[in-house]
Amino acid sequence: MGPQGNEELAPPTHGPGEGNGYREAGALAQSRGGGGIAIEARGLEKTFRIPMQRVTTFKERAVRPFSSSEGRVLQAVRGISFDVGQGEFFGIVGRNGSGKSTLLKILASIYRADAGKVRMAGRVAPFIELGVGFNLEFPARENVVLNGVMMGLTQKEARRRLDAVIDFAELDEFVDLKLKNYSSGMMVRLAFSAMIQADADIMLIDEVLAVGDASFQQKCLDVFHELRDSHKTVVLVTHDMTTVEEFCDRAMLIHDGEMRHIGDPEEVARRYFRLNFGGITDDKQRLDMEKVGGGAARFTDIWLTDGAGERVKTVEQRQPIRIRATIEAAEDIQSPGVGFVLTNVDDVVMHGFGSPINVISAEVGGILEAGERVSVSATIENPLAPGRYYLTCIVGRNGSMADVVQRLPKALDFVVYGHSPSGGVVSLETSIETVSGEEAES
Amino acid sequence: MSAASETAPSATGAQPGVTDAQSPPLREISGPSAIGSDRQRFLDLLYLVAINDFRKTYFGTALGYLWSLVRPLVLFAVLLFVFTQIVRIGAGVSNYSVLLLFNIVIFGFFQESTSAAVYSIVAQEGVVRKTHFPRLVIPLATVLTGLINLGLNLIVVLIYILAFGVDPVWTWLLFPVLIGTLTVFTAALSSLLSALYVRFRDVAIIWSVAALVLFYATPVFYPFEAAPENFRKILMINPLTPFFVTARAWIIDPSAPTAAQAAGGYIYLLPALLIFLGTCALSVWVFRREMPTLAEEL
Repeated sequence: MGPQGNEELAPPTHGPGEGNGYREAGALAQSRGGGGIAIEARGLEKTFRIPMQRVTTFKERAVRPFSSSEGRVLQAVRGISFDVGQGEFFGIVGRNGSGKSTLLKILASIYRADAGKVRMAGRVAPFIELGVGFNLEFPARENVVLNGVMMGLTQKEARRRLDAVIDFAELDEFVDLKLKNYSSGMMVRLAFSAMIQADADIMLIDEVLAVGDASFQQKCLDVFHELRDSHKTVVLVTHDMTTVEEFCDRAMLIHDGEMRHIGDPEEVARRYFRLNFGGITDDKQRLDMEKVGGGAARFTDIWLTDGAGERVKTVEQRQPIRIRATIEAAEDIQSPGVGFVLTNVDDVVMHGFGSPINVISAEVGGILEAGERVSVSATIENPLAPGRYYLTCIVGRNGSMADVVQRLPKALDFVVYGHSPSGGVVSLETSIETVSGEEAES
Repeated sequence: MSAASETAPSATGAQPGVTDAQSPPLREISGPSAIGSDRQRFLDLLYLVAINDFRKTYFGTALGYLWSLVRPLVLFAVLLFVFTQIVRIGAGVSNYSVLLLFNIVIFGFFQESTSAAVYSIVAQEGVVRKTHFPRLVIPLATVLTGLINLGLNLIVVLIYILAFGVDPVWTWLLFPVLIGTLTVFTAALSSLLSALYVRFRDVAIIWSVAALVLFYATPVFYPFEAAPENFRKILMINPLTPFFVTARAWIIDPSAPTAAQAAGGYIYLLPALLIFLGTCALSVWVFRREMPTLAEEL
């Protein structure tokens, strides 16, 4: 346990002094004019038994009758309790394998909890994946009705809402087209529209934002705004801190199946960032870090700012991207350098750049001493098309970025927003003139 | 987490300081289950899935639904030829061709429903793992699809029966009882097989063999009394046998022996009844046991 990790590793306490405990939900809901508690989870536990080798035939069972007792035990969720208020937009964050999706599946009645109980108010609709149960052989009509019933509508109600679903998806001309003839974009639109129109009291959403192109993601964000403004109860599982900070009223950080923090989304995002990129919080992570360059330096924070120096998560098209980072050296580093690689969602490199670190104590090419901190600020022009982008951050040494001390793949992600998509990866300043008729000849 | 707790909404008043009458009450979530807490949703889903299944099978084929008739009719033609021209089992049986067609259509329902059900849950993996879907809907929908098919096929059978000159009798009114009983047995077996198949992939092979054996161990293409005396008691252990014997007496030939007469006393029907009830009980037990963890097993 590294000294920096203490804050995250301490089990959450719900004492009166903490103030961030789940009790806050009721008060918050009331202050928003909502009607009390929508979800009440108490002491949820879930353990998976992962067999070393799956036993799927009688023979295997007969040959090794006790094999079911073999295998690894994975405690995916360990004693999590929380409340979500009516009309609250609640985020569950954590990295892959932290147990956040398992937790959502327990709430959605897909998995059964080993211990603990959940109480919910109203109709619950899970959105673990877009378009679950869609049958490609059928036209949109049948699929939307079946999907609606799966989300808990009565058949009559589902049929009544069919037009609204098709309208919202802007697929009026294609309502009788079989889904197998839909483009993937149309399919996503239909599925998303069906989800919105199902109009459940409680929506459990699992990173559906991970699919779709930039314009779809924009639409998702619009819908999230709408959900929040209409005071829907939403539980959103994600590892996208931008979304959490922008939409969530409260959020919960899960790590190794335990709740690490619950409360203010910005605080959750900050802890998430520290947990994943900052402090070396456990042995496994330490090993991982040593693999990439020995961990002689680490990024303590990476963020974007606007022109006034405020932290931002989004950048408007054509506005410069301002990157800030702080680095702390754990050992002496000879001729250190810092670099950034900007990639888009398709992992295409947009821009890569870097610089030697200007060490105060000596001339360039000197030694960055252990414990010394470096702050980095970089500004790049922004011809990028609207969409999501990732920033990979690197510290190198001996005057070369190839000699990696620390590398954080996709340490930061952000959205470039705007309304002039070009269809390409960049949208460039363009002036175009056309003339016709007699003038054209002269 | 009992079934009762699903339907009993707990009072909102249990939340201290929360007194908004408009908000829906908090209810305990029971987790995944076979039926789910909403009966209407269960029935709606069952209906929609079965109808879609039925449409999918014949959607886009030139002859559409007529294909579902081809199988039983071809089998009927072949068996009719074999057993009237070559083996002559049917020679002394009154209305043999009517009996044969009727039996083939009914047995076809049983066999096709159960065989399709075996793979049903595994094939619907997506809805099981990604949404809160009442699990029992899946095997039952295949049975319902089979029932829709059966209903349409029976129209053809009825025309054939009347054209052949079989007189309607009052026992025809009991036909729903017969089909109801067979449907319960088919549904129980279907659910059992579909749940077991998730864990044991052998089930598919075992069932394809067992269904074949059952076809011969059930008086489908022969009348019960054609079996040698000492085999009849064994045949009567098969729960399908009393069903087909009774159906013949009620629908086709009022002079044919009833199940009790054929077995030589009600006491000999007991093993079949026990197997019938045992299958239903086992099905319920296995299904209830397996369903909550289904999403993890798949």
